[in-house]
Amino acid sequence: MDNLLSLWNGLTPELQSVIVTTLQIVGVMLAVVICVAFLTLAERKVIGFMQLRHGPNRIAIFGLPFLRGVAQPFADVIKLLLKEVLVPSAADKKLFMLAPLIVLVPALAAWAVIPFSPEFVLADINAGLLYVLALTSLGVYGVILAGWAANSKYAFLGAMRSAAQMVAYEIAMGFALVGVLMAAGSLNLGDIVRSQEGGPLAWHWFWLFPLFVVYFISGVAETNRAPFDVAEGESEIVAGFHVEYSGAAFATLFALPEYANMMLVATLAALMFLGGWLSPLQGYVPDEWFLAQSSFFWLFLKVGLLLFVFLWIRATFPRYRYDQIMRLGWKVLIPVTLVWIAVEGVMVWLKIGPWAP
Amino acid sequence: MLTEILFYAFAAVLIGAAIGVITSRNPVHSVLFLVLCFFNSAVLWLLIEAEFLAIVLVLVYVGAVMVLFLFVVMMLDINIEKLREGFVRNAPLGVLIALIVVIELYYVLWVKRLGVDVTGGVAPLPEGYSNTQAVGAVLYTEYVYPFQLAAVVLLIAIVAAISLTMRKRPGLKTQDVAAQVAVRREDRVRLVKVAPEEEK
Repeated sequence: MDNLLSLWNGLTPELQSVIVTTLQIVGVMLAVVICVAFLTLAERKVIGFMQLRHGPNRIAIFGLPFLRGVAQPFADVIKLLLKEVLVPSAADKKLFMLAPLIVLVPALAAWAVIPFSPEFVLADINAGLLYVLALTSLGVYGVILAGWAANSKYAFLGAMRSAAQMVAYEIAMGFALVGVLMAAGSLNLGDIVRSQEGGPLAWHWFWLFPLFVVYFISGVAETNRAPFDVAEGESEIVAGFHVEYSGAAFATLFALPEYANMMLVATLAALMFLGGWLSPLQGYVPDEWFLAQSSFFWLFLKVGLLLFVFLWIRATFPRYRYDQIMRLGWKVLIPVTLVWIAVEGVMVWLKIGPWAP
Repeated sequence: MLTEILFYAFAAVLIGAAIGVITSRNPVHSVLFLVLCFFNSAVLWLLIEAEFLAIVLVLVYVGAVMVLFLFVVMMLDINIEKLREGFVRNAPLGVLIALIVVIELYYVLWVKRLGVDVTGGVAPLPEGYSNTQAVGAVLYTEYVYPFQLAAVVLLIAIVAAISLTMRKRPGLKTQDVAAQVAVRREDRVRLVKVAPEEEK
């Protein structure tokens, strides 16, 4: 131990910071991946209960009866990793194998600018919000490439649908974010959270409620989740863009990024509209209580709540028809955001609500 | 030191990708190499602390423009051999343009900044300096009219593109969403009283 300590002190400060940052990156990535694993379990359990089923209840940890089904994600991952990765003979092999990585990398890289607590953020950059927006817009490449490289009609149709949908909803999402940065006066996610100090009614969801709703709907559409999952519409195009994938390629292309993106959208919504790590009891209970203080747990709770809504939506809504999705994106959500940005501009100008001097 | 290594690494990838754009046989691969080019130039911008420009480059060009490009290229059935026929004929023009660009670069790097070390990077920006804020501060004050003008030009382009596709054609089957929503039970459901079939 002493040897290690002296070795550590012997390193240059630059090298030390490189090592610390690397460990932090690995820690955040591991946390995200583990959350993804248990989110898949939570999804199956929640939807199961909503449909009066049990959900996974066989694979237990150490055979403990009250933990039945808890180890299901690990069983799924091991199964997927051990399966053979098939490459269609007419596929563009390099792109076919590259596509899952192109989906995966932005889904994980976007977590770099997320502030998890008042103290901890990997990269506290000024244009954090833009960075997230830029990276999430990259995921569509993986989907398009997966569909094209497989050289299959169904996959290609799925890719086309997915691309059109993502481009459409990205605009609504971007406009919703414009409203947030107008309210917060900053593109830095930490500053956006700090601008919402002062109890639940000071959070942005209250004054920007239409934008919150639009952001959340666009988030569901961006992640290709039900009821917007036409890109993989089983009944029409088999499974869409990932129909030709199997094994580990399928796990990294489809399962991991989808859930990581879901968590990202939920985290961003919590940070931008629900006050992030701020406590909802701020001002209602004594300040020295743990419940009134900002902490990671509040963020975790809010993200969990939003993720539950994601699962709830999936369990209760039927899939949209493709033209209805396009109509909703272009003709409903975008005008709503435009109107509300104008309203917000008037509010800022007249100094009403949170903009009061 | 680290910055220089990163610069040369990303610059090398950028040049490699640029060569890939013009040499690959498959147009889809060309588009993807172009995406890689944009990405690497964004990283080079990051290295000189122009993070706003870098992110906007990724957001606009990689995230939106190139997606549509890819979309179109994938849908078209492009015959490469036919495209290559004109290569020898057009080569002198290409060489001429390349020469002009090289001379311009030479002018910028050498003549204009004579005596200044341009490879040593720029001076680090002060703490708390926000690139985004700096761009916004001049864009919305000093250059507000050109900015608005650019926005109007883009809007006109959007309206024009939509009006080109939205023309009324004979035989076009569209859905009237308002009519679909306004439909009532009485319009669709007809209850018919059927006399029970009696056994004889």
